[in-house]
Amino acid sequence: MCLAIPGQILSIDTGGPLRMGRADFGGVIQDVCLEYTPDISVGDYAVVHVGFAIAKLNMERAKDILATLENLTIEQRHADN
Amino acid sequence: MPTTDFGDPRHVSLLVEQIRKKAVGPWTIMEVCGGQTHAILRYGIDQLLPDSLRIVHGPGCPVCVTPMESIDRAIQIASSPGVVFCTFGDMLRVPGSRGDLMQARSNGADIRIIQTPLEAYRIALEESSRGAEFDRKSGRQVVLFAIGFETTAPATAMAIRLAKQSQLDCFSALVCHVLVPPALEAIFSDPLHGIDGLLAAGHVCTIAGYRPYESIAQRHSIPIAITGFEPVDLLRGILAVIEQLQAGRSKFSAVNSYEHIAGIDGNIHAQSLVDEVFEISDQSWRGMGSLPRSGLKLRKSYASFDANHRFEFESVVPREPSICRAADVLRGKIRPIECPEFGKRCNPSNPIGAPMVSNEGACAAYYIYQSLAVRKTQTLEI
Ligand code: SF4
Repeated sequence: MCLAIPGQILSIDTGGPLRMGRADFGGVIQDVCLEYTPDISVGDYAVVHVGFAIAKLNMERAKDILATLENLTIEQRHADN
Repeated sequence: MPTTDFGDPRHVSLLVEQIRKKAVGPWTIMEVCGGQTHAILRYGIDQLLPDSLRIVHGPGCPVCVTPMESIDRAIQIASSPGVVFCTFGDMLRVPGSRGDLMQARSNGADIRIIQTPLEAYRIALEESSRGAEFDRKSGRQVVLFAIGFETTAPATAMAIRLAKQSQLDCFSALVCHVLVPPALEAIFSDPLHGIDGLLAAGHVCTIAGYRPYESIAQRHSIPIAITGFEPVDLLRGILAVIEQLQAGRSKFSAVNSYEHIAGIDGNIHAQSLVDEVFEISDQSWRGMGSLPRSGLKLRKSYASFDANHRFEFESVVPREPSICRAADVLRGKIRPIECPEFGKRCNPSNPIGAPMVSNEGACAAYYIYQSLAVRKTQTLEI
């Protein structure tokens, strides 16, 4: 039930009883309920569980994590040489 | 952001290297999320760890912890005339006292597999719009089997609120939602629990926040890391736990290693609807018995949507097969491969217990990735 992969929001529809969106999970497009993520916009990545977006991926933080790892990897390589 | 970014082999090697340097154990780390169990085995994370670290799997599979009496109830409801019974596919083969939902379906029950509770609501809406014959009075009903942790409860809550708003009389839910922290309390209250550190489930914390884990870390002296599902997420979590263990602090804490997704307070929008629809109640867990304040039940204002009030139940005394060690697997006492029935009489085509059935069950995970797991055990025994 846990869809670990974040999906990218392609469109948002607020015309019905629920705020809904379509999200792209690596090529698979699915409908997603966005009621619990009012701050999410088209282009954002959402973590989805049983058809509901439960969080917006904080892109800045994700990039920071990866940048820190990248720096450590480079340092490690220098130390090894 | 492509998720492959969190699986970069260079970053994985770096983290494994750091873990190897710092893991002076032996330490046992428990994870408590079915999705993580499978990710750990699928990516072979357990294979990468030094022998001084042992990963065990707690009560993190929602299908596995749903008690047998709920399965028995579900089968009785689904088999009632005029019922459309909506469930996640994983529940179909979970053994009840007398058979499973799959058998009920082959005996004629109208059981539909759903991906989201909203589908059950939509089925009810569609059916009710077909005409007056589809309503509660005439016995025609759509029932949602609402199982799962803090993560799934908001989806159930939304389906039920919509049903109330549209006065959808023919809709009800068999609610069996459970909460993770009380189960962890029960596990860590056993002085012989043998767990040195905990990986807390990222998605549960994304919804519910992780304040309760702070207090578990302190009261039970267990270092905790909130983690996700990708190799880098899991390894950062493991590293955060062993850094605390290595520092030998007298006070441990819950560290957020899933900071790009989960915040300390969780998702307040989801929490507020869950709180509107449900209240906390005692709940029984498969393999763990009844745990105080560990589940959710519908509040009075939503009680008319409770399937328990709409159907008569024949009481069946649930009987777990005595050879199944699910209770020990779910408490992290043994790993699935240590169960004598694993891979012999018990396998995914002939599951004896729930952990071998579900996509998120630990026994099924070990079976699917068996060769790797067995290799690891052999290494540990050398
Ligand atoms: S391997 Fe089968 S019998 Fe053993 S604990 Fe797992 S589900 Fe139960």
